[in-house]
Amino acid sequence: MGRNKATLLRKFHQARWDEEIICEMSVPGERGILVPRVEREIEAEVGDGVSMIPEGLRREKPAALPEVNQVRVLRHYLRLSQETMGADMTVDASEGTCTMKYSPKVHEQLVGNPGLRDIHPLQDEDTLQGILEVYFRLEEFLKEISGLDHFSFQPGGGAQGVYANACMVRAWHEARKDENRSEIITTLFSHPCDAASPATAGYKVVTLMPDESGYPDLEAMKAALSERTAGIFITNPEDTGIYNPRIDEFVKAAHEVGALCAYDQANANGILGITRAKEAGFDLCHFNIHKTFSSPHACMGHSTGAVGVAGELGRFLPVPRVTYNGTKYRLEYDRPESIGRVRCFFGNASTILRAYAWILQHGADGLREVAECSVLNNNYLLKKLSEIPGVVIQYAEGKRRLEQVRYSWDKLKQDTGVGTEDVMRRMADFGLQHYWMSHPPWIVPEPFTLEPCESYSKDDLDEYVAVLRQISREAYQDPQLVKNAPHNSVVHRVPSPGIDEPERIAVTWRQYQRKKRADSVKPQS
Amino acid sequence: MKTLGLIVNPVAGMGGRVGLKGSDGPEVLRLARERGATPEAPRRVSQALAAFAGTGDPVQWITCPGEMGEDVCRGVGLAPLVLSSIRGRETTWEDTERAAGLLLERGVDLLLFAGGDGTARNVCTAVGSRLVTLGIPAGVKIHSAVYAVTPRDAGELARRFLQGGLRSVREGEVMDIDEESYRQGVVDARLYGYLRVPVEDRYVQRMKAGGVASEAQALAGMAEEVVDSMQESEVFAIGPGTTTRAIMERLGLPGTLLGVDVVCNRRLVARDVSERELMDLTAGRRVKIVITVIGGQGYILGRGNQQIGPTLLRQVGKQGLLVIATKEKLASLGGRPLLVDTGDEALNRQLSGYLRVITGYEDYAIYKVGHS
Ligand SMILES: Cc1ncc(COP(=O)(O)O)c(C=O)c1O
Repeated sequence: MGRNKATLLRKFHQARWDEEIICEMSVPGERGILVPRVEREIEAEVGDGVSMIPEGLRREKPAALPEVNQVRVLRHYLRLSQETMGADMTVDASEGTCTMKYSPKVHEQLVGNPGLRDIHPLQDEDTLQGILEVYFRLEEFLKEISGLDHFSFQPGGGAQGVYANACMVRAWHEARKDENRSEIITTLFSHPCDAASPATAGYKVVTLMPDESGYPDLEAMKAALSERTAGIFITNPEDTGIYNPRIDEFVKAAHEVGALCAYDQANANGILGITRAKEAGFDLCHFNIHKTFSSPHACMGHSTGAVGVAGELGRFLPVPRVTYNGTKYRLEYDRPESIGRVRCFFGNASTILRAYAWILQHGADGLREVAECSVLNNNYLLKKLSEIPGVVIQYAEGKRRLEQVRYSWDKLKQDTGVGTEDVMRRMADFGLQHYWMSHPPWIVPEPFTLEPCESYSKDDLDEYVAVLRQISREAYQDPQLVKNAPHNSVVHRVPSPGIDEPERIAVTWRQYQRKKRADSVKPQS
Repeated sequence: MKTLGLIVNPVAGMGGRVGLKGSDGPEVLRLARERGATPEAPRRVSQALAAFAGTGDPVQWITCPGEMGEDVCRGVGLAPLVLSSIRGRETTWEDTERAAGLLLERGVDLLLFAGGDGTARNVCTAVGSRLVTLGIPAGVKIHSAVYAVTPRDAGELARRFLQGGLRSVREGEVMDIDEESYRQGVVDARLYGYLRVPVEDRYVQRMKAGGVASEAQALAGMAEEVVDSMQESEVFAIGPGTTTRAIMERLGLPGTLLGVDVVCNRRLVARDVSERELMDLTAGRRVKIVITVIGGQGYILGRGNQQIGPTLLRQVGKQGLLVIATKEKLASLGGRPLLVDTGDEALNRQLSGYLRVITGYEDYAIYKVGHS
């Protein structure tokens, strides 16, 4: 029983429940909660309650919700949870670029506190003083961490933060009547949202390809800059974990043509307390409050893209702003030059509270230690992985990586035919979650991107390495074993085509049923 | 069972070792033999076939007699079906074409051929886009983007394709340079057509993350960008290639894949023009030239699009040059620059440096251009 002490491998087998979708479990009339009947006295006073709702707002038919009793609901979700490999279940060094650090569970107690859980953003601000104070204080922390002057926590994620920054860049140029600036410059190894979000905001996007050394190409940047350049949007360290040591020169060149510089600091885990946006000369930045400051990385819901700006740019931040007059915290809406809202209300309060708690837990020295440990962990992993047959590390050879590395199984593929997707599927057989391969386009062949963060111990990383070493060995000895993986997991192969075809994506049960019906009556081609 | 056709050009590569820059035509071949050249192809083909030797893969090989395939197959222990209507000795390019035609009739799953640009041309003439093909590099001249990098790679790629491990196929350029002028030091490369070749998927993301633009989307975006930029009475010379084809498709115009087409006010002015005709049609007009990367080496000028000559290029200048390519295509150059070879050194230098490449709708990359 237990993990093999010599090999560090486990005999893992995942639960498979063959579970239905909750809507398919519905039994007409079945109930999870029996809502008590209205008491007679109350009914006598207000009638049946429903008729108080204006007729136009009333449903004609009850909502088509699944009708399932409590026991079955509980069982259903427990089963599904056994069929996933979430961050808390495995050593989650897998999701490079996502900073899947450990999120302390005490935070769930904080955000579950009725004082936060039961408030509503439309309450009178006098009754929201507690959470507004947390907002205000977190802003102070981030000002210190970045060196910039004002922050907003409204955007619901990193990509939306970048969008807000692009809007502020435009507002800045427009306020100066400098209206022919239609282009944003980014680099290929920046996060794709540094191209996509400005494009969504209406900008043309110019991408710099890496030079032969793997660094962003400064000469290319100078060739790209012109009086049409509105701004540069750059991630640093880049997706590859490589820190651009000439970042200040990029900023200087951009400023010389009158462009603004926006720093994507969603990869800040390796530089907390070490370098700041201000010293590199940036005008705007954003942090992923989820990931860097705890709260697991998760789409646009449970997350916050904190946008920070220098000096005068503060006029353009989204409303409402949280302000403090020495006695009272306020939500300030009256800011005529603001870009307005990028999201409703004032963002995801739970992530703000978690981040605030997390920073208090660490203190200033602790933040720096986070960066140092994450860089140390990463370089330990890098050293160990570079010893595994089949792994290669391309670009900026011999250069140190910060908090993550984009690796390549190219040699393994050439030698054995086993590629990165095969390895990824095999990992599940050892109880590890699949890894992140790469953002597009795939410049590094057979890529995989790992980021061990500060949370994992040497033993955790050794186990992780042991699994990859074992898979490499199997690929050289018995490639079919790896190619046919997983063998001990729930789903053997997820059919991949169609995942990016809008006409086949279904995000609701109703949509699923409709598309499935349409699909089954479609003539076979 | 999967079927694999094999055609070997037995004299491919013979001219190279003795400095003849090609082996096309009986006269050159005689010279090569006189200078002591020995056949290169058999050794290279065996390297490719080594990928299959001893694997027991259920593959039916179909090939030509003797030195056009049968010998090498037997040499590595494969037992091929032999096309008996092809001669086994003293064969010429006509035999390659005929053999390719026969393999097309049989509908092989993959046609492997060994040779150089000349062989690729012959295969292209016979099968066009009707079969999936792959070249084993054995010839002197390899400008066509239908050859694997090494013979070993060709074997591996073919094997993976037949096993179903590679699913995507791309259109690769078949180019040939005129050997006679090449011997005189002039590179006159023509684009003859396209063959469908399996894609090495090292760079291809099969399991797509949501929202990844497919190549088709990127092409549509680039076409839209170019069409959007078209101003009244401006003359557009649309160069050859599958990427530029998207523009003609977007305009609903019957363009040519291999030639230069001229468009003005979104209407077709002329198809497949010569350098002379292009000069006449553009004289005194505002002109834009739309080109893309042709062949595997990264040329944007001087390979397969020589109709766009130095005189016109000088007039139009760097500003009038619209280069379109997907980011994947640029990335596949592995950091090597795009290349121009206009035949005019000064012009080559002038076109070198950093260039803005159209990579999608309102989407560009800055890329380096060099010259040979
Ligand atoms: C560097 C970088 N920028 C931006 C983002 C986008 O953040 P989000 O996924 O919250 O939109 C990420 C995602 O992790 C990132 O790694």
